[in-house]
Amino acid sequence: MGVQILMPALSPTMTEGKLAKWLKQEGDAVKSGDVIAEIETDKATMEVEAVDEGTLTKILVAEGTEGVSVNSPIAELDGGGGAASKGAAPGADTAMPQHPAPPAAASPAVGEVAKQAEDYGTVAQRGTDRKEGAAKMGEAAAAPEKDWGPTKPMTVREALRDAMAVEMRADDKVFLMGEEVAQYQGAYKISQGLLDEFGPRRVIDTPITEHGFTGMAVGAAMTGLKPIVEYMTFNFSMQAIDQIINSAAKTLYMSGGQLGCPIVFRGANGAAARVAAQHSQCYASWYAHVPGLKVVAPWSSADAKGLLRAAIRDPNPVIVLENEILYGHTFDCPTAEDFIVPIGKAKTERAGRDVTIVAYSIAVTWALAAADELAKQGIEAEVINLRSIRPLDSETIAASVKRTNRLVTVEEGWPYANIGTEVAMQVIEAAFDWLDAPPVRVCGKDVPMPYAANLEKLALPTTAEIVDAVKRVTYK
Amino acid sequence: MAQAAETAGAKRRTRTAKEAPMTRDQLLQAYRDMLQIRRFEEKAGQLYGMGLIGGFCHLYIGQEAVVVGMQACLEPGDQVITSYRDHGHMLATGMEARGVMAELTGRAGGYSRGKGGSMHMFSREKGFYGGHGIVGAQVSLGAGLAFSNWYRESRNVSLTYFGEGASNQGQVYESFNLAALMKLPVIFIIENNKYGMGTSVERASASRDLSKNGAPWGIPGEQVDGMSVMAVKEAGERAVAHCRAGNGPYLLEMKTYRYRGHSMSDPAKYRTREEVQKMREQSDPIETARKMLLEQGATEADLKKIDDEVKAIVQEAADFAQSSPEPDEKELWTDILIEEAR
Ligand SMILES: Cc1ncc(C[n+]2csc(CCOP(=O)(O)OP(=O)(O)O)c2C)c(N)n1
Ligand SMILES: [Mg+2]
Repeated sequence: MGVQILMPALSPTMTEGKLAKWLKQEGDAVKSGDVIAEIETDKATMEVEAVDEGTLTKILVAEGTEGVSVNSPIAELDGGGGAASKGAAPGADTAMPQHPAPPAAASPAVGEVAKQAEDYGTVAQRGTDRKEGAAKMGEAAAAPEKDWGPTKPMTVREALRDAMAVEMRADDKVFLMGEEVAQYQGAYKISQGLLDEFGPRRVIDTPITEHGFTGMAVGAAMTGLKPIVEYMTFNFSMQAIDQIINSAAKTLYMSGGQLGCPIVFRGANGAAARVAAQHSQCYASWYAHVPGLKVVAPWSSADAKGLLRAAIRDPNPVIVLENEILYGHTFDCPTAEDFIVPIGKAKTERAGRDVTIVAYSIAVTWALAAADELAKQGIEAEVINLRSIRPLDSETIAASVKRTNRLVTVEEGWPYANIGTEVAMQVIEAAFDWLDAPPVRVCGKDVPMPYAANLEKLALPTTAEIVDAVKRVTYK
Repeated sequence: MAQAAETAGAKRRTRTAKEAPMTRDQLLQAYRDMLQIRRFEEKAGQLYGMGLIGGFCHLYIGQEAVVVGMQACLEPGDQVITSYRDHGHMLATGMEARGVMAELTGRAGGYSRGKGGSMHMFSREKGFYGGHGIVGAQVSLGAGLAFSNWYRESRNVSLTYFGEGASNQGQVYESFNLAALMKLPVIFIIENNKYGMGTSVERASASRDLSKNGAPWGIPGEQVDGMSVMAVKEAGERAVAHCRAGNGPYLLEMKTYRYRGHSMSDPAKYRTREEVQKMREQSDPIETARKMLLEQGATEADLKKIDDEVKAIVQEAADFAQSSPEPDEKELWTDILIEEAR
């Protein structure tokens, strides 16, 4: 028997795909690097390249077959004449021998939320690779506090795109700039279709030069234009942080109110999956520290659409911290033309009397999962989605704590001087006498993000940790 | 600068047209090294496909001649630093395939004990200073390595690699100025593989000849056929001689090409299949070296032996990368600060 060619994964989370097309037929000679087949996921087609030489002896999966699972044999190769042909010989590996998967690979899901290892160029297709409990997420999204009428399910990705499109249609001063936002349609496909609709004057691809294009955008904003600056991820905004803080945030003050800076800085913030320390940091606390900036962190599609619209219209610099893992998640989102979420208003996603859990961004997902778990044990948790990090909706938080008398904060950022610290301090200032237990913070561990699968899992907060924290404050 | 040109000229004059900048043995070694990188990367691609490697994984396939040619110009103590597309650089410096592969799978046997991953590996012993994920950041760091050589009055040089996309970052130019001002022994090597993710060099850079990007600071530069290990070695020697002689930085723009997508799952729709195929068929650095070796009298059997040896090394690395355990959970909390001995 020849060497088997297995269905490759296009991402660590892909479990199956469609075998769209065979480009080689049985009997064809195959060279290393030849494209032998095309595989389709919902949004993209990827080519499968041969690794070794040989003759394609047998096609095991006909083209057009859907749901072909990763690592199942799709064809056989006779292995040609090289060392590769000798079955067990070192390097006879076109076949991707079926090594028993180690624990790391066997459980790509991290914590309660299955994490997508999305890549710069691939998010769109990856977001749809997996069957990602969209219904479950939708359920979690309670109706928006103001009744905006009908809703429809949409992904966070679509919500962000729609927010930009609507505001760009309404105001010619709004434009989008960043790396790969135009022709590539966004590294995470957030700006899909915007170049087509608005053209290259308003959807602008930049070189990799964050400090330069951020400064340029801030300069443009000083004249009254309304730039949206996309950072491929917020990790790269560190290249530009001087312009964000020293130029964008402080100029209004320094000019005695003459020179405002109506600008939005947006992009993916926080950990994705397995991208290690330099690509997995939460910047909420960094930006929230700065007077002159507003900082929001959407969780659901409604948050994303409503907050981004508000951010674009805001006359001040606003940081919009998105989350890569949430991009592909589906939530119900109001369809009303004028739907908007005011900056500075938190949202109670779940009501409860026993404890207040304050979270933002993806931590809301974790908090809601913990609340479900706690409910089974007879503890009713109230979950507050901050949405806005600065200004902080201390009123909503304090009002809740005055009813529950207990506070747990949840976030993926590091513990030291994080957002939970600020929330807890504000609660202490506003509602000390109502607290029946010291507040507890659940957060990312105080270490740079490790790459190894097992360590990364340990570094991020888990539902179990939230449940534990709640038990501590409720003395259960 | 004049001196560098002279040195180069002198070298060229002493060689006849037939006489290549590498002896047959050196070429044979280069062939082996390039092949090892290629096979390693193919294997990494497979392991990624099997879900054994996570996150980002940027393959170096197509660009092998650049690091192998440059490495052949180095002495012990010289430093190498690059971006996240770093597997080839590590293998070229002599780091072991098994340690690199085990880092890719996030195992305890990896160079960073599983904590760094594909983009973040280091080996002080081999003079490899990483493995950096932030585009452009390694350029200033590379100037710093050169500063250290200057400060310590050593002869060593720093090879500072970055992409043509990275060449647009501001800190690159700040580093050019600093290095030229202080005459630091750094070779800035732009690996121009024509694309930074989905953006072609023409769409990202107004400079049409990146080798001249150091000109305002008087940094001599050359465009080099980065698909030819010979051409790389030859230019590399000139650059290294210039630096070692205390003349300050040198800039090499390597014209090269990556065959695969930017990272593992980039569908690469911004270029045509034909463009890739043409590069592969007409300029493949390994194929070219192979033909040259055969012309110089190497036999198919000689080369086959090398192929087999390389495959065995890579297979061993892959096996190790799968059998090495995940890091101990205690590792989460180590290496954050150096704990002083009490
Ligand atoms: C500061 C920063 N901005 C953006 C990115 C995202 N990014 C990673 S690689 C890359 C393209 C770099 O292209 P190039 O320098 O040509 O190197 P190549 O990938 O071609 O080797 C981008 C934009 C990053 N890692 N760091
Ligand atoms: Mg490039």
